Amino acid sequence: MSALAPTPIRHALDHLDWLEAEAIHILREVAGQCSNPALLFSGGKDSIVLLRLAEKAFRPGRFPFPLLHIDTGHNYPEVIDFRDARACELNERLIVRSVESSMARGTVRLKSADESRNKHQSVTLLEAIEEFGFDACIGGARRDEEKARAKERIFSFRDEFGGWDPKNQRPELWDLFNARVHKGENIRAFPISNWTELDVWQYIARENLALPSIYFAHERAVVRKGGLLQPVTELTPAREGDLVEQLRVRFRTVGDITCTAPVESGADTVHKIIAETATTTITERGATRLDDQASEAAMEQRKKEGYF
Amino acid sequence: MSAIEHIPEFEAPVDNGLLRFLTCGSVDDGKSTLIGRLLYDTKAILADTLHAIEKTSQRRGMEAVDLSLLTDGLQAEREQGITIDVAYRYFSTGRRKYIIADAPGHEQYTRNMVTAASTANLAIILVDARKGVLTQTRRHSYLAHLVGIPHLLVAVNKMDLVGYDRTVFERIRDEYLEFARQLGINDVRFIPLSALNGDMLVERGENLDWYQGPTLIDILESALVAHSESDERFRFPVQYVCRPQKADDPVLHDYRGFMGRVESGEIAVGDEVVVLPSERRSRIKDIQIGGHSLPRAVAEQSATLLLEDEIDISRGDMIVRGSDEKLCPGAPASGTVSTGTALVTRRIEAMLCWLGESPLDLRRKYLIRQTTRESRGLLDGIAWRLDINSLQQVAAEGIGMNDIARVAFKLAQPLVVDRYVENRATGAFIVIDESTNNTVGAGMIL
Repeated sequence: MSALAPTPIRHALDHLDWLEAEAIHILREVAGQCSNPALLFSGGKDSIVLLRLAEKAFRPGRFPFPLLHIDTGHNYPEVIDFRDARACELNERLIVRSVESSMARGTVRLKSADESRNKHQSVTLLEAIEEFGFDACIGGARRDEEKARAKERIFSFRDEFGGWDPKNQRPELWDLFNARVHKGENIRAFPISNWTELDVWQYIARENLALPSIYFAHERAVVRKGGLLQPVTELTPAREGDLVEQLRVRFRTVGDITCTAPVESGADTVHKIIAETATTTITERGATRLDDQASEAAMEQRKKEGYF
Repeated sequence: MSAIEHIPEFEAPVDNGLLRFLTCGSVDDGKSTLIGRLLYDTKAILADTLHAIEKTSQRRGMEAVDLSLLTDGLQAEREQGITIDVAYRYFSTGRRKYIIADAPGHEQYTRNMVTAASTANLAIILVDARKGVLTQTRRHSYLAHLVGIPHLLVAVNKMDLVGYDRTVFERIRDEYLEFARQLGINDVRFIPLSALNGDMLVERGENLDWYQGPTLIDILESALVAHSESDERFRFPVQYVCRPQKADDPVLHDYRGFMGRVESGEIAVGDEVVVLPSERRSRIKDIQIGGHSLPRAVAEQSATLLLEDEIDISRGDMIVRGSDEKLCPGAPASGTVSTGTALVTRRIEAMLCWLGESPLDLRRKYLIRQTTRESRGLLDGIAWRLDINSLQQVAAEGIGMNDIARVAFKLAQPLVVDRYVENRATGAFIVIDESTNNTVGAGMIL
């Protein structure tokens, strides 16, 4: 991870400068308006960008919030190692709460042993919010990811059940964000709402940010399923009749092993990934998410239930 | 025009920054088709998204792909076939990044239009060539003008349905100009197009040879972005104060950084500043971001300011340039202190757009948030309400949802304000109902 370098001076802001300045403004509004926020950090590229933005916003001080990860227990070890190393390097507090603990408590019950734990993160997140009394959670969601997200506010209000009511959102005008909540309710704040996948990669290049290795092209055993590549892992073993192929792949998005698919790619540097992202023909979630294929409204439904 | 050709691997592309624009129109003006077309022609729509809307179009028995399906993100919108909420869309030409705020055209959703307009620097107002200038067109233009969007672009759409007739376009243009003049709208341009066929959006097409002006995308590429058009006064609302208070580090022991964003103007190390409302003066000792020093900070840049003197500053205070402001004597508590253009005041007059479902309660105190500052406020009179259909001022006893009115508020704490027409960032406020914490009003200071 490169050190935080000075931002070059420009008289008119270019698009990355503008996005960065807006994100810093949002992070500082969370710090200024909320009494007990947390920043969701998974070790994924969007939340890695968030951490750099938090450095720009708050250094030389410490972050005015801890980092929080909701771990399904089904994450790639490279990503978890990266998460821990990055938190340590920044000398910031990292809180980890796991879906497995919720399962042990009985608040998460899987329909079957091999059901994806991804959507159950919502329960564990709400439990963590209650445990620590967080009044705001900062996340790395972007509006370009998905249609329901395109309608979400930068400061998104959640009721005491963690629910999002898309038809009854607070009006959000100018940069006058309203983070006020009553006890038990909370705000999800999205500083990189206005960024696209390409913006994120361009910023990673500009800031020279380190990423978990699985974002870059590597050899991996995969099985083709419904147009997607399913990685062959202990959790997702090849079944009888599956044709296991050894392909050069990278992950565009990193999440729960059971629902995140890699794409075929030879891009092993950030610049090659930027070139590939600029010329791709499939959206980030479309290429990689096994959980959003179910229906056009899959994400909206999860968000109404408290998902990020 | 696609991003592909413009992003060479190691050469920095020309970057003309970012333009936020708004699209508004009446139902069936083809607004969603226009956006869909822009996204499609700039290759911002990818194959799987296109495939999904192709399937939906077929299921609904349509012959061509309905590009408007791209912008309807919520389940309820797809069920009802309408757009409920503002949607934000993104595309890039490689030269400039764009954020589109897509505001629904239905009458009952006027508040969404104001919301979408609040961050836009240009508005595309769609007119159906067959229908001409409608009440909705006038209303959207008025709102765009009220919310201070500097550039209006009237797009006369569906030219294909009037045989690409030049006289239809010119008649609509002349009618609009007459009405724009009455409202005091100066910067307005006109373009004929067919969003359905893609004429005059990214490509010129072959049907509008009589039109010599630029294409829609050319207008967007060359539009001036915010803060590039005039000399501005420096405004820096303080968001957060950084005090690391590290006893063992001599640099950080006394560090006091005032964090915020330059809302307008610029500032350099050594400049004299005044803190409002306290009127204390100091000089800029350092400008930092992420702990690294910069010689200056410009409009829209987030920064941390360090001052030469130890003065008490907290969230909600505003730092302005000393030489800009001629402070008039008198304490803020006694009323209004003029500091050049910035006013420290306990009473504001404003155009108010009411967004809440319950009407404004004349007896209740509301929370007013302006920049990073808050004060309780009590309504101190309604001068008039706007009849949104006739655009006439009418007498009003109360204010309900979607009403726009000229009002005054008395404030418990002084605010540091500019007139909205001079500074959108320091002239805007929102009204919050403390019982629900909902944002129920949006105001523009006169």
